[in-house]
Order: sequence, then structure tokens, then C-alpha cells
Amino acid sequence: MTDPSRPAAPVLSAENEAVIQLTRKDFVSDQEVRWCPGCGDYSILAQTQKVMPDFGYPKEKIVFISGIGCSGRLPYYMNTYGFHSIHGRAPTLATGLKAARPDLMVWVITGDGDALSIGGNHVLHSMRRNVDFTMVMFNNRIYGLTKGQASPTSEFGKRTKSTPLGSVDTPIMPLTVALAAEASFVARSVDTHTEHLQKTLERAGRHVGASFVEVLQNCNIFNDGAWRDFTDREVRDDRMLVLEHGQPMIFGKDRDRGIRLRGLHPEVVQLGNGITEDDLLVHDEQSPEPYLALMLSRMFWPEFPVPVGVLRAVPRPTHDQLIADQITTAIGSGGTGDLAAALNSGETWTVD
Amino acid sequence: MTTTERERDIDVQELERVTIRFAGDSGDGMQLTGSQFTRTAAVFGNDISTLPDFPAEIRAPAGSLPGVSGFQISFSSSDIHTPGDEPDVLVAMNPAALKTNVGDLPAGGALIVNSDAFSAQNLSKAAYPSNPLTDGSLKQYSVFEIPISALNERALDGLDMTSKQKDLTKNFFALGIMFWLYERSMDPTLRWIDDKFKARPVIAEANKRALKAGYAYGETTELFHTHYRVKPAKLAPGRYRNITGNEATALGFLAASKLADRPLFYGSYPITPASDILHQLSGYKQFGVKTFQAEDEIAAIGAAIGASYGGALGLTASSGPGIALKSEALGLAVMVELPLVVVDVQRAGPSTGMPTKTEQADLLQVLFGRNSDSPVAVVAPATPAECFDLAIEAWRIALRFVTPVVYLSDAFLATGAEPWRIPDVAELPDIRVETWTDRATFQPYERDPATLARRLAVPGTPGLEHRVGGLEKADISGNVSYDPDNHHRMQLLRQEKIGRIAHDIPELGVMGPDRGDLLVLGWGSTYGAIRSAVERLQAEGQAVAHAHLRYLNPLPRNTEAVLRSFRTVLIPEVNLGQLLLLIRARFLIDAVGYNRVRGKPFRIAEIYQEAERILAEDRP
Repeated sequence: MTDPSRPAAPVLSAENEAVIQLTRKDFVSDQEVRWCPGCGDYSILAQTQKVMPDFGYPKEKIVFISGIGCSGRLPYYMNTYGFHSIHGRAPTLATGLKAARPDLMVWVITGDGDALSIGGNHVLHSMRRNVDFTMVMFNNRIYGLTKGQASPTSEFGKRTKSTPLGSVDTPIMPLTVALAAEASFVARSVDTHTEHLQKTLERAGRHVGASFVEVLQNCNIFNDGAWRDFTDREVRDDRMLVLEHGQPMIFGKDRDRGIRLRGLHPEVVQLGNGITEDDLLVHDEQSPEPYLALMLSRMFWPEFPVPVGVLRAVPRPTHDQLIADQITTAIGSGGTGDLAAALNSGETWTVD
Repeated sequence: MTTTERERDIDVQELERVTIRFAGDSGDGMQLTGSQFTRTAAVFGNDISTLPDFPAEIRAPAGSLPGVSGFQISFSSSDIHTPGDEPDVLVAMNPAALKTNVGDLPAGGALIVNSDAFSAQNLSKAAYPSNPLTDGSLKQYSVFEIPISALNERALDGLDMTSKQKDLTKNFFALGIMFWLYERSMDPTLRWIDDKFKARPVIAEANKRALKAGYAYGETTELFHTHYRVKPAKLAPGRYRNITGNEATALGFLAASKLADRPLFYGSYPITPASDILHQLSGYKQFGVKTFQAEDEIAAIGAAIGASYGGALGLTASSGPGIALKSEALGLAVMVELPLVVVDVQRAGPSTGMPTKTEQADLLQVLFGRNSDSPVAVVAPATPAECFDLAIEAWRIALRFVTPVVYLSDAFLATGAEPWRIPDVAELPDIRVETWTDRATFQPYERDPATLARRLAVPGTPGLEHRVGGLEKADISGNVSYDPDNHHRMQLLRQEKIGRIAHDIPELGVMGPDRGDLLVLGWGSTYGAIRSAVERLQAEGQAVAHAHLRYLNPLPRNTEAVLRSFRTVLIPEVNLGQLLLLIRARFLIDAVGYNRVRGKPFRIAEIYQEAERILAEDRP
């Protein structure tokens, strides 16, 4: 099966030749970056700027749209077109923009509160429509810009300013939600794993259709170390599962553990003692049905190593293409619309 | 029986104007019956005005009072402005329809009832203790009892249909009777039936038979001694069609797209009474119109803003409750300064209110229902046909001033119909504007010195990459700014930009004397009732005039001067005094209101009486 990707290198017209000469610096705006020192957002911004030249789009054809929250500032720092919209609604602007302007490459920058609380509805519907944009969701499990209230991804029982005795809300699982909403590309990465993040953003940007990328991001002021238990350098190999399409699910510093299916449930197994790679699940991001991806989306530390990488990447017609096709069909069968004919439609009569 | 004998027996009486109300169960097809009569009268050349009045329930229990659906049409050989204060003829298809409508029928009015529907069960559903057809309670009307159901079933004898299916065609029988009574041709309706039911020939045949049987019944029975003639009206020369406000609104936006040379993007969430705009625009794909049924009202306006940002005409529509949901996004469009049109087809509220009933109580919501000072332009068509012109005008202002514009329609305008003189495309205005492409001079918040419109560059324009958003902008550069003086300046700039639209729109016209005792000031769908009442007062020699606002923000530049030329200003509104509040606050003019919120348009008589009362009080 072919991956529904944009070509890695554009067709080299003279114009495109200039485009591929772009570097990270070309995508850095003149605005001073104003996140807290040590914030995970810096890394996400840097990796985003780094991968931008790879897509073959000139700067003026790229638009970053954000909502409200710390993540919402990112468009100001990208030297592309940018729109810092209102809380939770970035996907709606992106849907309209992409429908009106299929020639543009559209990115949606959002956070766990923006995407999954106030804007949850729009995430669901933009994913099911397969709007051709890349949504990057910064997940720090806290409301940072409003100074530390529980977010929809905060742990059950989490004590925050708004939940002094612990949150009574069960957290939402972002990737499960995206998959349930029929997202055609779903991935996860980590702010500090720069190489992996770059690779993931590049895959997401190349995907044609709705891409949902969860970036586990650290808010060092209001929720420091939210992911450290499995993302820290010393433990990450043992506590994270790096997904590779077509490869068995192996993890561990010594690559001696894996994921096996037992009945309908995944389990962690130690290789050896009769258990071989052949017993392990093999990752298939292109599977037509999302069962495997759904299972992966629910595996989490400490019960399981946390999966990162591309969970799902399947081809599906995009929203803007389907809209354009209907117009083409209408024009094909009845010709281009004639305004005078429309005004004069129905029964008419003449007064002399 | 020969035709000549018939003609001898039957008088033909010529009338200037007739108002008919069809009323029945919401499953009885009254809206269809009414609209077929309307088309026929319109094609014949009468001036027409209609008032559909239907329940929000799709099918309330059959025969019940809340399930009654009505359609009033007034047709005339002269220029008319309203669907008529009261019907001359009421067609009641069942007891519930009789009960809810007979109160509007004046003494001596004609009442045509389907006597077959007056069963004990239906009488009880309508809470009639006794049968009004026999208890003498209708003696002030001229009552025509016709067993429509039975006659119709007989006319359909031999067709392969169930009794229930046959009964569904009885509205065409009633329509046939009315066509005969008012000398109307059946041809437009017969053509319509053939077209509508071309895939179901039996249904088409049944409806045609029902219509013809009703007509023949009128012709051959001794029931009616008179039939009536209403000659064509002397409308201005031109080609006409019958049009509702929602149809004219949709066509106006289609035209605006062509005139602006920009594709139309329509984001919408279904809501009564605005949904027909979505239905109509979704049929214009061959014009490149992109329609988007969003997941909610917020997504609908968000997508429209995104499309406008991309250089298309981003349009959204709703009714009051949906406009409330769109408020925050509309504020974003004010801050970012993008061309955008938001349609509010107002209905009775607050909250869900009465979804199918009319009201004009969202004026203050659209002007002030957002955080902070958040000025938008507001326009309001006065008649169904005028919806076309104002839809284009809304876009002209939005593009020229780079601003959101709210277009206030209402349920009465949206569903009511009148003849529309179809304009020649060549006579429509050119509303094109250029977007900015010059790198050397681009600053996103630098403004046109005359209009204060900011420089708009759309994505895809090389070298003009920039960022916009809901945070306050620094004047000229558009960068984020928390500078106190800058914020004050930007608030003033946004307000003054809207204010300057007043230099770009027509002055407020006055129908009647330039000065005098009383000015009746209106806006929106009250136009017809006010105009007719004022004409009546003028004919009686009173110094009364009518002015009607199509622009609510900004107001036309001569508004204050017009108002100060009259001793009293009366402002009738289907709300509790919203324009009144604005006029009093803005000009310190002691205007008086006439406010009724009954979910119905004003009758001419109530405006007339209120004006009379004021004139009598003011008389020295």
C-alpha cells in the first residue's frame, strides 16, 4: 500500500529550486520568543522550523493557525502566514481556509486544553472530515497560560490550583480520541526527543489528510516533570516503545522485551526462554482497520512502555478535494453557472 | 347544463385586493397550497404579499390546536406592502384550524370549511364543546360547508392508492375551489405537479384530479353566487418572479460573489428560519460556491473567517440563538479586521423562544453582544425582494471597509414572498477590491486614509508573510502590543472606521412631507405595515411621514436632521424598544415606541391607530 504522502522533493521548476534552498532561518520570524525559559515549546518550535524547508512549499503558501494557550503563540514565531485565533477554534478556521484555498499548506497548533476541552468538538469533526492539515497538540497535562489548573489530560486525583483535593475527572486519551474520530494520520512524540520529533513532524506534514500529532511537552513552571518517568534519558529506552512500520514491537535498553497479544490484550514479554521475535506484534500503521492503533493508543506507563511514532497513516480523500470534486462534477454536467439564468429561474412574467 | 346558463347565474365582482388564509393540520399541505396560489397570482400579474405561519413541530398530533399550519396571501391590482391585516376568506380544513384562525376573520367574511373533518373526535381535539357548524356560533360569517374529503375521494375513484394517500390530496381540491372563485388558471399548478411528481405518475394524476375536481365543484355547484376578479397590478415594467426573503438573500450572495469576483464560502449550522439559505446555496456548485454544514455555529463562523482570510467571501448565517454562539468569533473578525458577512434571520426569543415566529429583537445583540467595544456594520432589508440588494450591499461594505457586516433579516421576511423585478446583471454594482501585493509598502495595519480599511494581503502573496490574531495590534505594524495609548488609539480607529461608512451609504429618505407632526421610523420587516398605515393617514390629510432605516450601524448621516424635523417620532418595533433605545441615547430625542412581540408581523391597523392616538394627543 502506498503512503499518502506529499513528494519528499518537489518537481524542480526554477521556482521550486529556490524553494528547496530555504533553510530553518527562513522560517524564523522577527518576533522575540516569549515562552518561559526552559519550556518544552522552544524545542517544538525549533523542530518545526527545521522541517519546514523539506516540504517544498514556498513560505507564502504555508499558514499556521493556533488557538489560545501557550501553544497559541507559535505562529508569531514562524515567518509564514499566521493566524492566532480564539480558544479551541483553530481547526474551524483551518477547515474554511483549506476549503477555500486548497493550494495552501495548513498547520494547526493547539494544546491539551485548547484541543480536547473547549475545542473538542472541532477536533472530532475536522478529523472525521479528513481536513488536509497537520494538527500539532502540545500536551503538558496542565493549563499553563492561566497559571496551573487541571486540564483534560491531567491525571485522576491530580492536585492543582483548581483541584486542591485532587481532580475527580478521568483523563482523556488524545490519540484514542483522534483515532475514534477517524483521523487518517495519528502520531506521538516528545519535546525533548528532538530527532524523533523532527521525523514525526516531517511524516505528519507530508501526510495528505488530517494529521494529529500529540507532543508530550513539559511545562517546567506549572507541571514540571509530567512525563519524566518515562521520557528521561536514563529510562526512556526501557519505558517507551518506538514504533516502526513493519517491525516487531521491541523495546528496552538491551532490546530484550516486546509486546505480545494475549487474547484481546497486549502484554509485555521478555524475549528468550522460548519467546522469540516471531511471537511479537508487528506494527502496521497502514492497516485499514484501526484496531492495532487503538490498542497502542491506550498503552501507557507504568503498565506498558509508552508508544511513540506513527500509530496510523492511511489514505483517504480529503475534505477540500471532495468539495472541489463536487464543483467539477456540477460544472461538467451543467456548465459553469450563469448568474442571469439563476436570477431568472422559476416562473417569471413580464410587465410592459 | 351549459356554460352560458352558468354564466347567467353567477356574478363577477371586481375587487382591488383579496386576502385569503389557508389553515389546516400541519400534515394537510397548507404551505404548499398557499405557495401554489401565490405563484399563480404572481404569474397572473397581481402584486402579492404572503405570511406563512407554521408550527415548529414537524407533525404535531393530527387535529390538535398546536398542529395548525396557516398561509395567508394578499393579492391585489394595486401596489401592496403587507399580507393583509385580516383575511377576507378563511379556508379551514379542520376544527382546530377553524378555532385558531376564525378570530381573525372579520364579520361578514367568507369561511370555507371541510365539513368532513368536523367529527366528534376532531371537535374534541380542538376543545369545541359543540359543533360550531351547527350551534350558530358562526352566524356572523358567510359559511360554506363543503364535504371536501368525501368529494375528493370520489374524484380519485379507481386510482391505485390507499384512502389515506387519497386524503393527502384534498388540499388540491380546496385550492381548485379557490382558483375557480378567483378566476385563476390551473395551468401553473398543473405544470408544477407534473414536474414535482414525474417519478410517481399515480400521485401526479391524483393531485391533478383533485385540483380539477375542486375547480369543477366551484363551477357547477350552486354554492357560490359570485366569483371575484382581481386584475393585474400596474407594477413597474420589467421581468418579474415571485421571491421569498431567504431566496432573495441567497441569490444576492450568489450575485455578490460574481460582482466581487471572489468565490463564495458559506459556513452554516441548520437552524430555523435560516436553513433555506444553506439549502439554496448548496445547489449553486456550478458557480463554485462552497457550502459547509459545520458541527456547530462556532465552527460555521470560524470556517467563514478562515475562508475570508484566504480571500474568499466568507459568509455565515443563523438565527438569534446561533448568533449568540458566534459572538466570540465575530469579535475576532472585528479585531483581525476581515471582510465577513453574518446573517441573522431573527425569530422570537429569548433562548429557543418560538422558532418559526417572527421578531426583530436581535438588534442590540448584534450591535453590543460581544466583549468590549466591538463595532460592526449592520444592515437590514425591509422587504423580501430587497433582501437581494442588501445582500450585495453587505458585501460591498465588508470588502470596501475590510470589516464584518451583520445582515438582519427575520422570519417574516425570510418566508414571506412578493413579486421581484429581476435586475439586469449589467446594472448591478461592481464591488471588486484589490488585495495588497506590494512588498515595499506593506504594513498589515496601515489604513486607507479615506475609509480606514486596513491593507489586506492574503496567504499565497510572496513576501507579505505576516501574523494576525485576536491579541491587540500595534497600529500600522500589526505586531502584538500591550501599549496603553496604542490600545486606546486602536479602539478609536475601529470605531471610526465603522462610523465612516456613513459617508458611503445613501441618506435616509422620507416618504411624505419633509417636516410635520409625526414621523414613523422603522427598520426591517415592519416596512409594509408602517408604509400602508402612513399612506392611509396621509390620504386623510395628516402631516405624517415614514422613514425606514436599512442601515442600523452606522445610521445614515442625515438621521438626526430627519428626526428633528417632526414634532413626534414614533418607532414601531417587534421588540420591546431597541431602536428606540438607540435613538434616544444617541440623539436625546424623546421618541416614543410602539412595541408588540406576538411572533407576528404588525397589522396596518394597529400602527394606524397608534399614530392616530399620538396625533390626537399632540393636537393643541
